[in-house]
Amino acid sequence: MSLWEYANPVKFLRLSERVQPWLWWGSGVCLVVGLIWGFFFTPDDFRQGSTVKIIYLHVPSALMAINAWFMMLVASLIWIVRRHHVSALAARAAAPVGIVMTLIALFTGAIWGQPMWGTWWAWDPRLTSFLILFLFYLGYVALWEAIEDPDTAADLTSILCLVGTVFAVLSRYAVLFWNQGLHQGASLSLDKEENVADVFYFPLLVCIAGFVLLFLALVLYRTGTEIRVRRTRALMARETRGAGLRAEEA
Amino acid sequence: MRALFFRDLALALRAGGGFGLGLAFFLIVVVLVPFSVGPQSALLTQIAPGVLWLGALLACLLSLDRLLAVDWEDGALDLLATSPLPLEGIVAVKAAAHWVTTGLPLVLAAPVLGVLLNLAPSGYGVLVLSLALGTPALSMIGAFGAALTVGIKRGGLLLSLLVLPLYVPTLIFGAEAARRAAEGLDSGTPLLLLAGITLAVLAAMPFAAGAVLRVNLR
Repeated sequence: MSLWEYANPVKFLRLSERVQPWLWWGSGVCLVVGLIWGFFFTPDDFRQGSTVKIIYLHVPSALMAINAWFMMLVASLIWIVRRHHVSALAARAAAPVGIVMTLIALFTGAIWGQPMWGTWWAWDPRLTSFLILFLFYLGYVALWEAIEDPDTAADLTSILCLVGTVFAVLSRYAVLFWNQGLHQGASLSLDKEENVADVFYFPLLVCIAGFVLLFLALVLYRTGTEIRVRRTRALMARETRGAGLRAEEA
Repeated sequence: MRALFFRDLALALRAGGGFGLGLAFFLIVVVLVPFSVGPQSALLTQIAPGVLWLGALLACLLSLDRLLAVDWEDGALDLLATSPLPLEGIVAVKAAAHWVTTGLPLVLAAPVLGVLLNLAPSGYGVLVLSLALGTPALSMIGAFGAALTVGIKRGGLLLSLLVLPLYVPTLIFGAEAARRAAEGLDSGTPLLLLAGITLAVLAAMPFAAGAVLRVNLR
């Protein structure tokens, strides 16, 4: 019994279908509890007023936007090294979810920034690197869509993912060098010094758990779809070939 | 290796090779800028380093889709792949030829176009230096992009989408160095970082591009 057993699409699908209801329900419950708790049962910040509450959408989505790319990187590496198709398809499935998370983070940030900073957008390092991350996602998805042969597409996109990771990190530091920031520091960290106040902290953790579960559920669901699409295509190809052979015999 | 380099140079320089197109494009971009932002010389002085860098970058991008596609279409790339030279070397040589035919003219033309944009006198030396340091990285990253999209019909637009985000660090450090020099500040740090990026790209990118090309030739 090892993890690699689930490189088999059938076993993967069986497991993923057993796990998915838990993920969907878990994320639903976490999000509903976390958001209601956060929106209605936490005090307003003494300076920011009620706008502080967008943190419950902004921070988790930003976190998942980066982690989705990281997951794609790991999946791409597994594809390059061990050539498990499920892994390549999981990377493909995660990309659009990552795009949406990036967009949520950018939009909620803009909505919060308008009253607080007095501007929808500022060329701040964090904002800029997120926009660049968004461009990397776009390029990745566009490359997947552009290539017909699935194995070639998987190979090329996984190398693009590796190279893109290096350049995304580079851009992050280049952008820091280029302009000093407006954005506040990390909202969460393991050493307690920097954290937001406890009243905001616990609902935020619940929301983050909700986003993580939602991401996992979406990726598993989309991976399952990709596997089925691939299998349908293979069956249809076999069908046409069979029909062609029968026609030749007759 | 040398033969391939001179072959690419000769092909680019001959009629129909597209040599000089990048240069002309660079010129046109620079001429269009005053039309779009207005001819006030103070404003132009302020934005000149950035515009020159952006123009050079776009001119470099323009010729990338021909970098491998021509050899791909007529089958020369398949022949080259069977030669003793590894694909990594082939890509590196092609990027070098691309730089000599596109990047180098841009570097040499930049000071002339700087006059058009009223660039501050202190900025010329560093502008040329930063372009000379940065454009090899642009060619090499572009070769990677060209290798990724070589099998795709009408891959030109996709190529831009893939390559432009990869150009971000080079552009930031290059334009920053030129801007600081034009304002009379010390530009040593961005220049060093730019050189570092270029060296890293030249060292590592041929392997990525070679791997990608191998997949595409499969």
